[in-house]
Amino acid sequence: MILEETVRGGQAWSRRLARGQILRLTDTTGTACVSALFYNAREPLERYNMADTLKAQYTAFLTTGRVLYSDMGRVLVSIIADTCGWHDTISGCGDAAASEARFGQGGYQELRNDFHRNARDNFLIELGKWGLGKRDLVPNANFFVRVSADDSGRIAWVPQNTRPGAYVDLRAEMDTLVVLSNTPHPLDPAPAYGPPPVELSIRVAAPIERPGPDDRCRTSRPENGRGFALTEAYAREVEPGRDGGGAL
Amino acid sequence: MNMRHSSPRITLPVPITPFVLKESALAPWRAIHDEVLPAGRGWSRELARGQIFRIVDLEGNQAVDTLFFNARNPDERYSATDTIRAQGNLYLTTGTRLMSGEGRPLLTIVADTCGRHDTLGGACSAESNQVRYALDKKYMHNCRDSFLLELGRLGRGLGKRDLPSNINFFMNVPVTADGGLSFADGVSAPGRYVEMRAETDVLALISNCPQLNNPCNAYNPTPVRLLIWDAAP
Repeated sequence: MILEETVRGGQAWSRRLARGQILRLTDTTGTACVSALFYNAREPLERYNMADTLKAQYTAFLTTGRVLYSDMGRVLVSIIADTCGWHDTISGCGDAAASEARFGQGGYQELRNDFHRNARDNFLIELGKWGLGKRDLVPNANFFVRVSADDSGRIAWVPQNTRPGAYVDLRAEMDTLVVLSNTPHPLDPAPAYGPPPVELSIRVAAPIERPGPDDRCRTSRPENGRGFALTEAYAREVEPGRDGGGAL
Repeated sequence: MNMRHSSPRITLPVPITPFVLKESALAPWRAIHDEVLPAGRGWSRELARGQIFRIVDLEGNQAVDTLFFNARNPDERYSATDTIRAQGNLYLTTGTRLMSGEGRPLLTIVADTCGRHDTLGGACSAESNQVRYALDKKYMHNCRDSFLLELGRLGRGLGKRDLPSNINFFMNVPVTADGGLSFADGVSAPGRYVEMRAETDVLALISNCPQLNNPCNAYNPTPVRLLIWDAAP
């Protein structure tokens, strides 16, 4: 393991994942919501694109075999394992106003470090550490969350989507800046503010976990085959020496 | 408003959709701005608070990729997910408030004779066309190029960082209960329109979509008409 860490309830987190590293998020309580944004760590102008991710894979949610596309036709991370089954892409994240309307003010003055943090503010804090900000906020993914839509488009938060011990493994296909917020989902009806701790680990992909020709994420859609080809071409462009990429 | 003086009314086909449609009473001859935007072109313009903005799908099933910014502070811009959560619904129609990431309404849809507009499908780009269709499709004209050219011409320092997920007016991207996403046949038709009121001064940015690889434009990108009315006195 390169890293094992507990992300406390309410906490924000960001780190670069090198290509070939795997980030595991584990929901310890069955109530987690981890809101996430992804950027090309070398050139963060390239970032996770919800629409391109959904369109390429004809899906509205994320699970094993699916990948998260950037806005440049490349794969930032792939989901190589998932014991939860549904991660949300369409419902965004909460902000201070929504948190106060639901849970009251919850200020630092009264609660010290148990104060009510929210995903938008957490994103702004973490993005700020990388020279990024408001203009870099795009629709985020929410791990362990399911929001469904009926035929008329009405959305609903689905209870019991996750369970204690559920995890998702994200394999970085390029050097990726990951920004996380462990904060309540704005549609979660839980009456009190209480985001649970989430376990997080990073390891290097074992040979069997690398994206070979038969990799499930690569072969799940012909679109993903092309996405991987473009991503690997980019790796040869920016790091010609690594993984036998060959000189330019 | 006295409709006797209006220019020839656009005749609407009999609605065949299950959606609730709402017509507007505004007469095109009273508009302060009225232009036809050809397929494949970008467009931007500021709308003052209170002004009414109408997009007319002249020939039917044309996707109009659209973003809105607070004209005074473009860091505040349309947010697809905030809009979805604010109304508890994926699709846009009459009554939808187009929300910013700051949780404020930028515009409100006040009339809609199409009935459903997409907020998940985003814009096509050279690179996503390569992924979705074939590696050799990179040369094809696309919405993001139109957005980037328009922002570049504006010269306000806006660029690719300022292209979050956009609206696709007149486009139908249904999500199924089991989480599937499809690009269904259009729900629009010639002459259908959507009309919205600016709730603050906004900068509108449009790409009249040139996509030829999927049915979002019925494989035939066509012009749209853009009209602006001043606020009612």
